[in-house]
Amino acid sequence: MTLRVKALESLLVEKGLVDPAALDAIIDTYEHKVGPRNGARVVARAWSDPEYKRRLLDDATAAIAELGYGGRQGEHMVVVENAAKVHNLVVCTLCSCYPWPVLGLPPVWYKSSPYRSRAVSNPRGVLAEFGLALPDDVEIRVWDSTAEIRYLVLPERPAGTEALNEEQLAELVTRDSMIGVAQAAKEVVA
Amino acid sequence: MNGVHDMGGMEGFGPIAPEPNEPVFHHRWEARALALTLAAGAWGRWTLDQSRHARERIPAADYLRMSYYEKWVAGLVALLVESGLVTRKEIEDAHAASGAEKSSPRLTADSVAVSLASGRPTLREIAAAPRFAKGAAVRARNLHPSGHTRLPRYVRGKLGTITRHHGAHVFPDTNAHGLGEQPQHLYQVRFETRELWGSAQRNAVYLDLWESYLEPA
Repeated sequence: MTLRVKALESLLVEKGLVDPAALDAIIDTYEHKVGPRNGARVVARAWSDPEYKRRLLDDATAAIAELGYGGRQGEHMVVVENAAKVHNLVVCTLCSCYPWPVLGLPPVWYKSSPYRSRAVSNPRGVLAEFGLALPDDVEIRVWDSTAEIRYLVLPERPAGTEALNEEQLAELVTRDSMIGVAQAAKEVVA
Repeated sequence: MNGVHDMGGMEGFGPIAPEPNEPVFHHRWEARALALTLAAGAWGRWTLDQSRHARERIPAADYLRMSYYEKWVAGLVALLVESGLVTRKEIEDAHAASGAEKSSPRLTADSVAVSLASGRPTLREIAAAPRFAKGAAVRARNLHPSGHTRLPRYVRGKLGTITRHHGAHVFPDTNAHGLGEQPQHLYQVRFETRELWGSAQRNAVYLDLWESYLEPA
């Protein structure tokens, strides 16, 4: 594939269809600038600021834009909140839709057939594969991203984190907890 | 199309394999493939729905065998050739045809940040009032188009409840085929696990479905 993609790129550059420096800038964006730290800041803000949380659940696109995030594959955002008896899980059964501005590009497993096929029909089994066992009375809500609406899970704030500031809270918010295959970390793992 | 990409509810793909500390890209060619797709897309010669459909049209056995970015490369080549930006022969030769006109790239390095930050919103204003209100009982229609659709097989014919109205959005079924955006009202619809899978579990699956995918129940 290395040679094939190199040949394709050199053809498109030769024809003046793409600018190699623009390709570098796109790659730099998703390798270094846009990733799950963005989403973690959104979650930590929502945990710390009830007014922000209200805006986030009401109009996620606007509330996320307040922190400077938005754009491609996050044009229309909805945030779904976990609670004691509700757990949310995001999938795209048809392709690989994922909220890029807040989570970056999706991991391989999210785009893979095993996850795409079973997340909707056996979410409890899928969560078990990630090591997450939820009590039977917790309702699991699976969000299949069939349109251009992108979903972000607002995980529950772990108990015993009252003393942490927003920056410290963000450290507890993993990518997987914002997809819904995990809960937020109870403590920072180095 | 009832393709293998529409895999919600299927079994037999094996365990999920999360990779600890996974890099954004596993090979440099994957990064170039993603960037090429976005940069070539800036020509506006195809829509997002067309690019999704290009990947869906990969033959089923290949689709399941190929890695994610292999599918992106195959989709990009199909779009480039079908849109006329390059010819099949140029792909094979890996060189521009002699005498071919040289263009100027649409997406330059200094416009990348703005382009990615603005995205491609699909919300549109339409004159028609929404047919369904929040709380309405609906049935997903039993449609089997041979072209692109975002109505997965596993909800067709199933009963659900409207939980949210998203406004009107570009309709993929036409927009993937050069038939225009034809925006329609888009709804978030909740389907109970019992209805979809016959399970007693009190879970639910939510999908975003366009108005013409739904009928009153």
